[in-house]
Amino acid sequence: MLLIRCPYCEEERPELEFRNAGEAHIVRSANIAGESEDDFEKYFFIRANPKGVIYERWRHIHGCARFFNAVRDTVTDKFVMTYKAGEPKPAKLPGASK
Amino acid sequence: MNAAFRIPGAGRLSQAKTASFSFDDKSYTGIEGDTLASALLANGVHLVGRSFKYHRPRGFLSAGAEEPNALVQIVRDDARKTPNVRATVQELYDGLTANSQNRWPSLAFDVGAVNDIASPLFSAGFYYKTFMWPKSAWKSLYEPKIRAAAGLGVSPDRPDPDHYAARYAHCEVLVLGGGAAGIAAALAAAETGVRVIIADEQAEFGGSLRFESGARIDGENGFAWAQGAIAKLKAMDNVRVLPRTTAFGYYAQNFVGLVERVSDHLKTPGRELARERLWQVRAGRVVLATGAIERHMVFADNDRPGIMLASAARTYLNHYGVAVGRNVGVYTANDSAYAAAIDLKKAGVNIAAIVDLRDNPSGSVIDEARGLGIEINFGRAVVRAGGKLRVSSMTVQPKNGGGERTVPVDAILMSAGWTPSVHLFSQSRGKVAFNEETRRFVPGTYAQDCVSVGACNGTDGLDATVEEAYAAGAKAAKDAGGKDSGIKAGKGTKPTVDAGESWSRGMLGAAPGAGAGTTVKAFVDFQNDVTAKDIRQAVHEGMHSIEHVKRFTTNGMATDQGKTSNMHGLAIAAETLDKPIPQVGLTTFRAPYTPVTFGSIVGHARGPLFDPTRRTATHGWAAAQGAVFEDVGQWKRAWYFPKAGEDMHAAVNRECVTVRKTAGLFDASTLGKIEVVGPDAAKFMELLYTNPWEKLEPGRCRYGIMLREDGFIYDDGVVGRLAPDRFHVTTTTGGAPRVMHHMEDYLQTEFPHLNVWLTSITEQWAVIAVQGPKSREIIAPLVEGIDMSDEALPHMSVREGKICGVPTRLFRMSFTGERGFEVNVPADYGEAVWEALWAEGQKHGATAYGTESMHVLRAEKGYIIVGQDTDGTVTPNDAGLDWAVGKKKTDFVGIRGMARADLVAKGRKQLVGLKTKDAKVVLEEGAQIVEDPKQAIPMKMIGHVTSSYWSENCGRSIALALVAGGRDKMGKTLYVPMPNGTIEVEVTGMVFVDEKGERLNG
Ligand SMILES: [Zn+2]
Repeated sequence: MLLIRCPYCEEERPELEFRNAGEAHIVRSANIAGESEDDFEKYFFIRANPKGVIYERWRHIHGCARFFNAVRDTVTDKFVMTYKAGEPKPAKLPGASK
Repeated sequence: MNAAFRIPGAGRLSQAKTASFSFDDKSYTGIEGDTLASALLANGVHLVGRSFKYHRPRGFLSAGAEEPNALVQIVRDDARKTPNVRATVQELYDGLTANSQNRWPSLAFDVGAVNDIASPLFSAGFYYKTFMWPKSAWKSLYEPKIRAAAGLGVSPDRPDPDHYAARYAHCEVLVLGGGAAGIAAALAAAETGVRVIIADEQAEFGGSLRFESGARIDGENGFAWAQGAIAKLKAMDNVRVLPRTTAFGYYAQNFVGLVERVSDHLKTPGRELARERLWQVRAGRVVLATGAIERHMVFADNDRPGIMLASAARTYLNHYGVAVGRNVGVYTANDSAYAAAIDLKKAGVNIAAIVDLRDNPSGSVIDEARGLGIEINFGRAVVRAGGKLRVSSMTVQPKNGGGERTVPVDAILMSAGWTPSVHLFSQSRGKVAFNEETRRFVPGTYAQDCVSVGACNGTDGLDATVEEAYAAGAKAAKDAGGKDSGIKAGKGTKPTVDAGESWSRGMLGAAPGAGAGTTVKAFVDFQNDVTAKDIRQAVHEGMHSIEHVKRFTTNGMATDQGKTSNMHGLAIAAETLDKPIPQVGLTTFRAPYTPVTFGSIVGHARGPLFDPTRRTATHGWAAAQGAVFEDVGQWKRAWYFPKAGEDMHAAVNRECVTVRKTAGLFDASTLGKIEVVGPDAAKFMELLYTNPWEKLEPGRCRYGIMLREDGFIYDDGVVGRLAPDRFHVTTTTGGAPRVMHHMEDYLQTEFPHLNVWLTSITEQWAVIAVQGPKSREIIAPLVEGIDMSDEALPHMSVREGKICGVPTRLFRMSFTGERGFEVNVPADYGEAVWEALWAEGQKHGATAYGTESMHVLRAEKGYIIVGQDTDGTVTPNDAGLDWAVGKKKTDFVGIRGMARADLVAKGRKQLVGLKTKDAKVVLEEGAQIVEDPKQAIPMKMIGHVTSSYWSENCGRSIALALVAGGRDKMGKTLYVPMPNGTIEVEVTGMVFVDEKGERLNG
């Protein structure tokens, strides 16, 4: 069972308290109704599914109930870092080799 | 009374405490502290099982958890018949009953043994090759027969009456393995004051000190030192000592699963004791002190009962006081078997000969053996074992060929060397490295905060092991936050090794006489009956990776996970491929290390504790009325209320007719309820629902539709605006949690600028629906402060006031098409208000109705149920709900999705009504619909029935269906092909009762 640090509770808590909520930093257009079919496809359907570092959303559903962002390595399952919803994608990852 | 093979003065068990037990209905006597294995061996019993594939007679290979052969069924009673218990692990208790497995009709005469004679048929890949055709025969014929013939034991046919406990634990240092290494590491860590847990699979700590008679630590015999050290650790507040506890899985971030066998060793466990306890431990640092496992020699017929690992024979002698034979042969490729021969010889057992594959080994144990007058043969091999139900001889030959000599024996001790137990290290995702010099895999690259010490780390010798382990324990404690109370290597209470044993090396793969070109049965994997020849054959047939060889031969895939066989199998594959071992690769070890019971994983989560049961406030009342309940998610809901003599059909017909004639009471409390509050509440509602909300006046309600971003219907429900900044939202019963999640997601991450609070109020409000022409007359006498007239409280409005003196949110709304109300009261008052309303209702002939009638009544009006009439691919337009989509809105979740080209294309499935031509026929929900029943099979299906009921109010059956282009097919005849004939249906509108909606005010 993974330990995940909730950036709101500022604590590492067991995976059981969390729920994954898909890829992070996908922007919902302010004019979504006017989006082209292609743009909507990219927004709604297309995901990176990388091997390695992924930016994703989690929710501390059985805790503070807040959504937040996490950087995780999909190969090792290791969490590189977590940060609050709305904060920008970190420019540099701690201890990142690539 | 001494059993025949118990040696007076040998071993550590108190001879005074005897325990009687039975094996295959025969009674024996053992001693408390015995395992089932040692007790049987004390009685001269070696034959304990039949092998999986060839049904060959099998005995004990080991004295521990690695045992592949001696699997038995332990029977306590009808419900407690545990199969596949390793007799080498099962502790003896008085009255223990064990049976052998995988034999019929008896262990000594087994019909299945014909497989052994027919063994050419059963070679590697046999299952894959033989049972390929015809496909259908696999399920009906091959698999059941194979399983019946093979079968490892019989599973109990009653529910498990035992209970299983579970604990979470945290510690700075978790030490896995309680031999000299583990104990030394635990002592060092514990002295720093950090929390330490040390676990070992055996009943007593000590590991290989159980048999290493030459070990002396701190001036004591090694095993005695271990007991003293454990007593010292137990006395420390910061240390937890877990005997009989196996670490079976090493997971992410130093999370380790362990199973403690709490009462399997007790004669009468008693209800207060769990059978097993699951420990889930999160550790700062893990010290792996898991030791090493001895390998057998791979030679012809090396599986005969009486042939075992040298360390096992030594354990039986030095710990249990049991001689495994009277005239024992030894076959070895390293030093450690000499120690076994010496101990047995000193205990008075004749050693027929030591056969050593090595040409000219030297060392103190060899000198000592020679000094005791034991015959030693260097450079020779045992090419064959004689005997069937028990080994009777060993045939010795110079290893490069030459004259054979047959030596009579009643047991053979083998040692091909020792394999470091890297299972848990490998599970932690650490990478093993092959040491060319010692030809073994040892921990290489670590993936987690752990350290390996002693034999599992490839460290040879007791002195070096204790030195390494003690330092590692101290470092682990310090790294995990220990205070470091001045411990330095070589100081403090570090144990001093006075004498120890050391051995390494040995051989991997088939011994002479079982090598390339031979077809003898030289077993590599005893449990799965895999021979050296099978592995060579797999390579010849094209399996070049060890993962493929493993699956093709099943080598290492039995319940023992190849603890004794993996390295031999790998070496034979490498030799056949003519590649170095590291290039062929070691298979990955996976959890569990040893088999784990379902009970220990499930713990208390069974029966009523498996999942919570949710009951509404009126549950007791409904039960007293004789209601039949149905499960809706975790909820128990009243399904229907049968009167005496009524079946479900009659009860539902009566309920439905009564609601439309007078009135009915229905518990709607399970509907999800969410309060949306804040200055931006209306803006938020505009974004989450398709409908317009800004202009909805406080006190009014609206039927809302929620979409996902893809444009499909996600949920629906009536929403009341209580105040400009407060909405009372209802959701479907099953949808409540995910709707809340969905709302929170958008509020927190897409629309965080909105000042809104969301609160789940499902449990806070009990909801009593009162529906029917008499509903107002039933409610009005109990209500205070609310004008109940149609002018003041029209359909789709909500008021706050009091009912029966308690606060209420009174909704005028209808899910039946009749004049209706939903009375929300605080849940604690739900039952009292229900009873008051029921008393009023009785004056008007009202009925209580359940979920079945609720479904029929709403279907009569064409009201959909999300999740029944929709399936996640239905748009508002498909459902005929365009009117509920705000046309002037520029944004809401799903606005773009539902405009996608495919979602506005012609020919989409649309919700329509269906009337069967024969009014009496009720369609089956889910039945497929076709346009032309005479077309060839497979027919083109154009839709399916989503809801279908008998409507007593209509005097006929009614149905809703999703039909391609359905709204253009009004009045057309379609067909529903069923096994008993095709049903003709007419496409209609969705409303079957009161199309104009006049009854809402009736
Ligand atoms: Zn939190």
